[in-house]
Amino acid sequence: MAKPKVAFFDFTSCEGCQLNKLNLENHILDVLEHIDIVEFREAMDDKADEYDIAFIEGSISTPTCVERIHDIRRRTKVLIALGSCAAIGGINSMKNLQPIESVREAVYGEDKYLFPTLPAIPVSAIVKVDYEIHGCPMSIPEFLKIFKSLVMGKAPIKPDSPVCVECKLKENECLYERGMVCLGPITRSGCDAICPSFGQFCTGCRGVIPNADKHAMTDILLRHGLSTDEARKRLLMFNSYVSDEMIN
Amino acid sequence: MSKNLDIMVKHLTRVEGHGNIVVNMKDGVLEKAQLDIVEAPRYFEAMLKGRSFHEAAIITSRICGICSLGHQMTSLKATEDALGLEISTQTELLRKLLVNGATIQSNILHIYFLVAPDLFGAPSVFPLIPTHTDVILRALRMKRMANDIGDVVSGRAVHPITPVPGGFTKIPSVGELKEIRRQLVEDGIPDMKATAELLASVAGGIPDFTRETEYISLKHADEYALYDGEIYSSDTGGTPDKNYLEMTNEFIVSHSTSKHCKHNRSSYMVGALARWNNNNDRLCYNALQVADTMGLMPHCYNPYMNTIAQAVETLHCIEDSIAIIDTLLERGLKNEKPNQDPTRYGKGIGSNEVPRGILYHEYEYDRTGNIVTANCIIPTGQNLANIDDDMKKLVPEIMDQSKEDITLKLEMLVRAYDPCISCSVHLLNVEFVE
Repeated sequence: MAKPKVAFFDFTSCEGCQLNKLNLENHILDVLEHIDIVEFREAMDDKADEYDIAFIEGSISTPTCVERIHDIRRRTKVLIALGSCAAIGGINSMKNLQPIESVREAVYGEDKYLFPTLPAIPVSAIVKVDYEIHGCPMSIPEFLKIFKSLVMGKAPIKPDSPVCVECKLKENECLYERGMVCLGPITRSGCDAICPSFGQFCTGCRGVIPNADKHAMTDILLRHGLSTDEARKRLLMFNSYVSDEMIN
Repeated sequence: MSKNLDIMVKHLTRVEGHGNIVVNMKDGVLEKAQLDIVEAPRYFEAMLKGRSFHEAAIITSRICGICSLGHQMTSLKATEDALGLEISTQTELLRKLLVNGATIQSNILHIYFLVAPDLFGAPSVFPLIPTHTDVILRALRMKRMANDIGDVVSGRAVHPITPVPGGFTKIPSVGELKEIRRQLVEDGIPDMKATAELLASVAGGIPDFTRETEYISLKHADEYALYDGEIYSSDTGGTPDKNYLEMTNEFIVSHSTSKHCKHNRSSYMVGALARWNNNNDRLCYNALQVADTMGLMPHCYNPYMNTIAQAVETLHCIEDSIAIIDTLLERGLKNEKPNQDPTRYGKGIGSNEVPRGILYHEYEYDRTGNIVTANCIIPTGQNLANIDDDMKKLVPEIMDQSKEDITLKLEMLVRAYDPCISCSVHLLNVEFVE
């Protein structure tokens, strides 16, 4: 079997997910045995015409981004949105909460037309996405798991339980008991509850689970005497594109 | 000498973010030599408005994956300054250890993955895997060691978890710190010395180009300034960080979505070479030794040598990390609750040496602990005018060479600065429109 041709592309993002791939130190040489990396601008000069798997990092946020993503979609068999920015709009989409023209004018004054911008949106808002890898940043173990499935031609399993499930399995103290507004009850798992395990609230970076129970979420907040406004605002940090309707 | 030259390198590779090199020469007269910054604007300062002090560092860390720790540290310092939050000695030591880890990680990434292919004549690090296996394994081992510092002390090397205003949500165990110390001693120091030998052996490939400029960095009386210190210019001397706007003087240019900066001259340089020029007398003995073997002189005006200065300070960071761990273990680790009870609300400034140079964050908080205004000034933005000035001097000096050679030298110049373009185009000085 020929090695799949793999390419990595960066759009509007911090490139932290790409960096995390270079942080696969203990596995990177094994991974490279099974694929041909044909394009990866941050690490190499080479360019290719066609790909078996294209990983897209970052949100779509300029007219040029829209052209580029259509072009990549045409040339790849499988397209993967990698990380929160690509999968759900992520932190970039917070800018959508303010009127775009006034923000541009405030930054560049009368020169605002030099630098076109659009609301920051996920890749799936423009082209078909075959699979999403969530997280800000994407987690290395989850990436490896999904990567193995793809290379073997299998459909990866997408977790759809909340972070609370993984947190309970690790027997962590619930952060609500410490008075923190934690988005674990409605956020997609797969991160091994890394933030709560280190004593920090869940920021909701992996997006909202399907069929989240928004009444239960609101109930937990009220029961602990916490502000639903604060929770709604916190949810908008990574989920502005999706909406804040998960919390009443 | 009536030479015409037209160079356009679109989306320069092996740098963080999106930039184009554009050079035009007509009849031997240089019309244009500049780095166009085409990264998509991000609007971080606008996003910060109304955000709580618990969230500022979480958001600003996302300005850049490579520099996430640096943004977080600078953000926490600004928040603590604004809210009057004191931190413990243990917190300061752990933060300095994290800054060392992030500096080692970023410098190794730059040296081995982004610059080394040029010195070995390869298009990327991947073809070097079969031909230079030991070198690649060493690079991966060093990166892993540096990332282990981040993973153990901050929960995650990219977008750290545990550092919060006033302290840490969780601290590492004695066993974890001892294991890091072991790696630093047994692998870190020998690997870094081998790295210096490798760089010394290929240093002949570093272009011979000099342009003296103004060098700006933090400076500290007792230590090689990374986490702490006052702002220092090689032209005008020291000043407290509250005067940072007098040093940066941002302005808009049409060829860059990132603003440019200048101070005493038309441009200035920040980063490892600026730190070297301003603070080499604060480096440890072994770092000075390897500087000598790699041909780095106490005052160096060759921007390509920035990579060498990074290697020198990396060895210092390794030795300093060992010393910090010894101090922490000697003092005994204590679980401390982060100090998050504000004693005031107002403006605060944080400054920090991150791998690419001096980084500033300034926030103003209202009485509910939410951000009113925010400003972040990024090292790469500060270097952009200096890169353009370097190109304008370099191109006429090498115009008789082939177009390929000129292009390569220009690419190597930009890479030497280790530019972080995502960072620089987070967008600056937002005046909020109500």
